[in-house]
Amino acid sequence: MARRKIEEINAGSMADIAFLLLIFFLVTTTMDTDEGIVRTLPQKLPPDYKMEVEINARDVFEVLVNANDQLLVENEYIQIDQLKEKTKEFLTNPSNREGLPIMEEITVERCKEEISRRKEAQEKAEPSLQGILKAEIAEWEDKLAAAEKVGPFKTLPKLAIISLRNDNGTSYKMYVQVQDALQGAINDLRNEWSQRVYQENFTDWSSSKDEDKDKIKIIRAIVPQRIAEQEPKNIPAY
Amino acid sequence: MSKFKKDSGQKGAPGVSTASLPDIVFMLLFFFMVTTVMRETDLKVDVKKPEAEAVTRLEKKSLVDYIYIGPATTKYRSQYGAEPRIQLDDQIATQATEVGGFIQRKRAERDPKDIDFVTTSLKVDEKTTMGIVSRVKHELREVDALKINYSTSKKRVKN
Repeated sequence: MARRKIEEINAGSMADIAFLLLIFFLVTTTMDTDEGIVRTLPQKLPPDYKMEVEINARDVFEVLVNANDQLLVENEYIQIDQLKEKTKEFLTNPSNREGLPIMEEITVERCKEEISRRKEAQEKAEPSLQGILKAEIAEWEDKLAAAEKVGPFKTLPKLAIISLRNDNGTSYKMYVQVQDALQGAINDLRNEWSQRVYQENFTDWSSSKDEDKDKIKIIRAIVPQRIAEQEPKNIPAY
Repeated sequence: MSKFKKDSGQKGAPGVSTASLPDIVFMLLFFFMVTTVMRETDLKVDVKKPEAEAVTRLEKKSLVDYIYIGPATTKYRSQYGAEPRIQLDDQIATQATEVGGFIQRKRAERDPKDIDFVTTSLKVDEKTTMGIVSRVKHELREVDALKINYSTSKKRVKN
């Protein structure tokens, strides 16, 4: 007599079990990628610290938001939808207007000169200054790389900043809108440059990809992002 | 004779085999297991993130700490009131100074070489006022956790 064929194992319930697990993972996990506006806070300073450098009033773009969510930019009341254009004007000063920063011309020669001057200084400098000099050299090296790539360009002077101050009563929604407009202005200018140089968008690049890292450095050297968030005068207790 | 007849007679098409179904489901399962991270905290505050356009995506989730600020959920409202609260991990903080301790605790769990790359993501309800946010920012500065991210949701296009 021929042997009976072994019957197939019924795998129907396996699917059910797998589904159960699947549903468990679907429910317990998060898919949303966290998006937002990235900022670096200023370092904590010693209490007796005094700023030594004097900053020109024309080099500061002052943005104030009060408790009623009103916006005062360079001593002028404006609406939130005007902020982006205003910021762009500050960052580029296309018509050399009085009251806006004077753009610095960056050329290859100038970069080389600045780097060699700092390297000389570094040899004699005290250890406390070494860090600053090193950072400055790195900064000029980035500018050099940019100038070699795109030719001479104009950029914001070193001390020019966007200063953002809010009130304790400002709503977070408004604050984010202001930050969004400032970031939007910088992103637009950076995209303009990256389109011109690489025919790509700056905002599409990712800092975790090696091939994008140098490109990001160059565009950042041309359009720096300097947003200083001032601490409100009295922070409430919690 | 009858032996052969039996087979050819009544049956139509054989039933569709469902044996590959578990494989497909398992594949999906593994996909989810790999691409997702376990939700680590139980939200005790309501957070409706504000909308923004010029956003950056946070890439390394393992290098992000979250701080939630918003009014307590209905379940906890009787206990904490309607004022915005700070949630760290699973707890609602009673004092802002706990933020520093929280960051240091998180730091201790991490690889020391990663510490400079850690971002603190602030998930704040849009109706919150900046006072409490500034307070948290101040505390973050105190412990040198300077990279922050104002978490937002993508702006919906209005027609």
